[in-house]
Amino acid sequence: MSAAAAEATRPVDRSRAKSRAAWRRRGIVLAFMSPWLVGFSVFFGYPLVMSAYLSFTHYDLLSPPRWVGLDNYRFMFGTDQQVWPAVKNTLWFIAIAVPLQVLFALGIAIMLSRARRGVGVFRTVFYLPALAPPVAATLGFVYLLNPATGPVNTILGKLGIQGPLWFDSPEWSKPSLTLLAIWGVGNTMIIFLAAVIDVPKHLYESAELDGAGIFSRLRFVTLPTISPVILFAVVIGVIEGLQYFTQAYVAANVAGGSATYSAEQANKLGYPEDSTLFYPVLLYQQGFRYFNMGYASAMAMLLLAVSFAVTFLIVRHSRRFVHYQGAAR
Amino acid sequence: MSTSTQAAPVAAPLVRRRPPAAVRRRRFLIAVANHSLLIATAVIFIAPFIFIVLTSLMTSQQALSPKLWPDPFAWHNFTDVFSKAPMWRYAFNTLLYAGLGTLGLLVSSIPVAYALARLRWRGANVVFLITLIAMMLPPQVTIVPVYVLWAKLHLVGTIWPLVFPNWLGDAFSIFLLRQFFLTIPEEYLDAARVDGCGELRILTTVVCRLAKPAIAAVALFSFLFCFNDFFGPLLYTGENSSHWTLSVGLSQFRSLYQVQWNLTMAATLIVMAPVILLFFLAQRAFVEGVTLTGVKG
Repeated sequence: MSAAAAEATRPVDRSRAKSRAAWRRRGIVLAFMSPWLVGFSVFFGYPLVMSAYLSFTHYDLLSPPRWVGLDNYRFMFGTDQQVWPAVKNTLWFIAIAVPLQVLFALGIAIMLSRARRGVGVFRTVFYLPALAPPVAATLGFVYLLNPATGPVNTILGKLGIQGPLWFDSPEWSKPSLTLLAIWGVGNTMIIFLAAVIDVPKHLYESAELDGAGIFSRLRFVTLPTISPVILFAVVIGVIEGLQYFTQAYVAANVAGGSATYSAEQANKLGYPEDSTLFYPVLLYQQGFRYFNMGYASAMAMLLLAVSFAVTFLIVRHSRRFVHYQGAAR
Repeated sequence: MSTSTQAAPVAAPLVRRRPPAAVRRRRFLIAVANHSLLIATAVIFIAPFIFIVLTSLMTSQQALSPKLWPDPFAWHNFTDVFSKAPMWRYAFNTLLYAGLGTLGLLVSSIPVAYALARLRWRGANVVFLITLIAMMLPPQVTIVPVYVLWAKLHLVGTIWPLVFPNWLGDAFSIFLLRQFFLTIPEEYLDAARVDGCGELRILTTVVCRLAKPAIAAVALFSFLFCFNDFFGPLLYTGENSSHWTLSVGLSQFRSLYQVQWNLTMAATLIVMAPVILLFFLAQRAFVEGVTLTGVKG
């Protein structure tokens, strides 16, 4: 170190040492970033470009891709009878299940923030379902809601209500999945709880002095203050809604009762009557059960465009209804 | 942040006078309503677990009836699950995926996050932006070419396509760690630099020690993600049942072994158990970690 310091006093050596240090720094940055550089080019950049190319080809993994121009897109928007139901199901989920999730998470968080006793126990109870592995949780719900021996319909029956067919009926399969989604809302709830607790007390006090009751305090103090967190939850919810796969796949297979992992199982996707055929499920079926990889790539491109547009729209228009405290963020 | 809010109510009564009886009564009623609603919701949230446990203890005959309480208790269901399906095999595969995946994710993501947060270089912001975009996009967008890649390497049918990408950084973990590294005061790093530490030493000693909660949270999330992951294992190991993880094995359990709901629910509980155990062992890290994602996000 001291030798370097002595060298640095002479101007010529100083600039050389400086550039050597700069190169050293570059080397360090490069070394630290190397996992990202390799990982993102191999698993993100390359597949993104390749997906775009494959979407214009016919490709089944066995023979080389054959250029078919816009055929895949024409088929997707015109002929394919399954794309529109899949898009509709996914939109249904985003429009109904996601807002309900946010609403429930917020409601529970607000109730929890006002609780005086047993906060820890309550928090655990509401958080645990979110921890349950999705496959296990789905299996549990298919059992709970099964029309023959399921506890829910048994209890409804005792109350004199004829329970619906839940996962076995096209009308009730998505609401059943929504119930499952609401049950697993713990993560969002914890985030909301932290935000609600962080709302400055003096805001409530001054609102109370102005004569605001419990609901107007909620409406004019709590909600505006935590609106960035709500936006965050909505964006995450929509993004997760766009990739909703596991629960729909497992529910359709278990409720549909297909034999084993086989081609037959692929036909059970969407059971009953395509009502749980969400967009990612259809993409999986086309790409990895029927090996229409070119077509699956075209579907992936549409998903890419929609994900981009949705995220962009939400973030762009958020300014109108989200209140950022000071200049934070 | 929680300390300041907890301190406030203690200080407040000193300044404020006791509210009139009507106000106190209304507040009491609101508290009662709040707690009742909370308890009712909690009961609904816990009920699925209870019914799953009850059913897992029923005999096969009883599982076919609409009775809700097991009579007699069939504890052997839990051992039956292991003799019906190769659960240990699934568990081993799952642990291999989750363990190696998490290890690789930490080793690769921590330096990247540090370079993005603490080393000044041109392009850091662009790289961060790309990472954010990668985090937001559904995995289905890139899955076809990635699958083709693994198929060409003859690794489809094994868990390696799941483990390996973790060793090359994960967008969400990089994002989370970067946000946390940004909060470490520069003085600590400068002090280490003055002492003659290289950046690698600073990272492994100073930063990693200070960022322990964030690293613990990232490790926990990664482990859980791998443990719960279904799409990946289904895609890559679906055709080869000797490489199935618990999630894929469980999804096939009922149909593959033609069993009743009692055994299926016992298997479900067996898969849920490790995660719930992990939660009770590391409850603080969980709650802090989840909060971290929300507040910093």
